[in-house]
Amino acid sequence: MTELAQRNSAVSLAGVDVSFRLAGGGIFTAVKNASLAVADGEFVAIVGPTGCGKSTLLNIAAGLLAPAAGTVDIFGSALASLNRQAGYLFQADALFPWKTALENVAIGLETAGIPSPEARARAKEWLSRVGLGAFGDRYPHMLSGGQRKRVGLAQVLIRDPKILLMDEPFGPLDAQTRQIMGNLLLDLWSADRKAVLFVTHDLEEAIALSDRVVIMSAGPAARIIGDWRVPLPRPRDISEVKLDRAFHDLHRDIWHMLKAEVVKGYAQAEAV
Amino acid sequence: MARAQLTLLQVLVAVVSLVLWHVLTTYPLFGHILLPPFFFSNPVDVAAQIVSWFASGVIWKHLWVTLIESILAFVIGSIGGVLVGFWFARQPVTAAVFDPYVKMANALPRVVLAPIFTLWFGLGIWSKVALGITLVFFIVFFNVYQGVKEVSQTVLANARMLGMSERQLMRHVYWPSALSWMFSSLHTSVGFAVVGAVVGEYLGSAAGLGYLIQQAEGVFDVAGVFAGMFVLAAFVIVIDILVTMVERRLLVWRPAAETRT
Repeated sequence: MTELAQRNSAVSLAGVDVSFRLAGGGIFTAVKNASLAVADGEFVAIVGPTGCGKSTLLNIAAGLLAPAAGTVDIFGSALASLNRQAGYLFQADALFPWKTALENVAIGLETAGIPSPEARARAKEWLSRVGLGAFGDRYPHMLSGGQRKRVGLAQVLIRDPKILLMDEPFGPLDAQTRQIMGNLLLDLWSADRKAVLFVTHDLEEAIALSDRVVIMSAGPAARIIGDWRVPLPRPRDISEVKLDRAFHDLHRDIWHMLKAEVVKGYAQAEAV
Repeated sequence: MARAQLTLLQVLVAVVSLVLWHVLTTYPLFGHILLPPFFFSNPVDVAAQIVSWFASGVIWKHLWVTLIESILAFVIGSIGGVLVGFWFARQPVTAAVFDPYVKMANALPRVVLAPIFTLWFGLGIWSKVALGITLVFFIVFFNVYQGVKEVSQTVLANARMLGMSERQLMRHVYWPSALSWMFSSLHTSVGFAVVGAVVGEYLGSAAGLGYLIQQAEGVFDVAGVFAGMFVLAAFVIVIDILVTMVERRLLVWRPAAETRT
């Protein structure tokens, strides 16, 4: 990777190794020599078999985890601690269960020192933008899985992060809700084009949403083994784009490579 | 089952028990009385005793004393439990150092402390409050400790990504989590506060429900003992209803199915 490319990238991982100390005293290498650059305004999806370290890579970019080797640069400067420019949408429920939907969205502004009345007014705006205007006083357990993801999305986006990290955010949702959420995400994203790093195991979802699809090999010591550009025009509608011929061609090509890795992943999982 | 039907059956249980108690203590069966009234009294005498307590008003003073002792024990014990629980959960080294002593103190049957507390604090309310505190403290302490330790890692990571400082984490994440665990043990800790007060009174005091029962027992006034027990049971039920109301208000955010005790 050239110096210039690194400087222009929102997120740039170079030669990143991630390893964990095992309870038995050994060292487990989750990710080996991963290099990846996400340009500002680019939507990149990472796809790979279960347990390949996709989420680990995201945690590296978020600064929640430090790499064993390699460098992480955010807009050209090395990441030392938590990535303050990034918003993170987690796979599991990450809302504060003791706060209402409105309070959950407002908290991201309040921590930044914005006075509560203003934070709440803007939170209300964001809730209606994700279609939950009437649900502000509900607690998370009173909302459906899809609604909770909407609140989560508003909670992250209200802080206007320059980088959006998403860890299988729509994983637990049913197929219809996933499509609706995907379209909502594209709508919100197209408004100001943040750099997005989107982790998923669903290849169709990855192609439909992103500009680039990155494939990871099966773990342990997972590597990045493929990088495809998605030539589909924007704006896209997820259910329509899946009928496109280019979509099918790309899907077939990528799946050819991915399938081998998925099979390998299963074999390794069974061997353990 | 319909609500009215349920209530009817519940009342029936009470009526049958009372009638059985009355019959067996008053009328001879097969030549002799099965439950000698000297040991079991009878519902009429017990009711008369309760009525006379309330009519003369002597009971209010005792109820008041027990209530004050329970409240003080609960409040002080809870504050101590929350503070120490928080402290230990955030300072693993301190927690590890004190761990065996906490276990030892908690293993001790608290009743044996009553005489020493009477010695230290006298026969007034404070020896009972102290006994209640030793009971309440550990329940609250363990729950708060657990609550802080078991904050969801995802919620914590999310809070940090949302830019929370260490202080904000305390306020928005650890504190609510710890409080929710404390409130979920509210019934138990309030119950133990009352137990501490009554047991303390029973073992040496000049007022309170425990004192009343102990006095009646001292003169073999079984009707008085039973009357004291009934008043005590009603007292605990009223407190429990109040706790349930408080809990409903404070824990609205929690799904109904997921109740911890």
